[in-house]
Amino acid sequence: MKFAIQINEGPYQHQASDSAYLFTKTALEKGHEIFRVFFYHDGVNNGTRLTTPPQDDRHVVNRWAELGEKYDLDLVVCVAAAQRRGIVDDGEAERNGKDATNIHPRFRISGLGQLVEAAIQSERLMVFGD
Amino acid sequence: MSEAIKKFLYLNRRAPYGTIYAWESLEVVLIGAAFDQDVSLAFLDDGVYQIVKGQDTAAIEMKNFSPTYAALGDYDVTKLYVEKESLEERGLTIDDLMDLKWEDEDEDWAEKDSIKVVSRFELARIMEGQDVVFSF
Repeated sequence: MKFAIQINEGPYQHQASDSAYLFTKTALEKGHEIFRVFFYHDGVNNGTRLTTPPQDDRHVVNRWAELGEKYDLDLVVCVAAAQRRGIVDDGEAERNGKDATNIHPRFRISGLGQLVEAAIQSERLMVFGD
Repeated sequence: MSEAIKKFLYLNRRAPYGTIYAWESLEVVLIGAAFDQDVSLAFLDDGVYQIVKGQDTAAIEMKNFSPTYAALGDYDVTKLYVEKESLEERGLTIDDLMDLKWEDEDEDWAEKDSIKVVSRFELARIMEGQDVVFSF
């Protein structure tokens, strides 16, 4: 089956990203397809490469990136939500005159149309959050 | 995948202020309208407060985005379901809600009500009939 994944909560504060990660990983291992993973609301905070959890804990951002690398996943951070919360890539830094970027290179920032398109193109949209 | 039109339902479950879910849900609805799908919105639980009329956010210094709901008809978003039990549990009636309208171009732009109050049972049936359910 072809899935789209939406994650509405940030890492560590909330388990939504962990549940989505485990669901996505298992679905891929069982041969299903993940059309796109879309990070919305505080979920955009799952895409910052500056995250530094304690060494004995899971690294939520890096393990998304590693899963993305292994399966060539499209990990998309919502631009409108990202701008509010200070998640920045090169393009956003230039457009908004910021002196730094923090997006993990395995993620990309794009518009809400990517979420709607994912829902249209997939057989199931899975929403993770409260 | 087929390019057939899908039935999209946006579930609005939270109060308009206090968290950003309601406002960012509305942003998805507005963007999603460009994709020409069969869109409905449902307001339930504290989500019914999102479309209460006369909202004034001055004292909490938050942007009052409630006027945006009145523009939904222009985006061809014309089906707004409100759960009857959620209204009743909060002491609200349809008279407490904004008078949201849309213009039917097939009937000489006749103004029609966008809001339809449905029971919890009916809303479950509506949810069952959807292809995509966004939950906010």
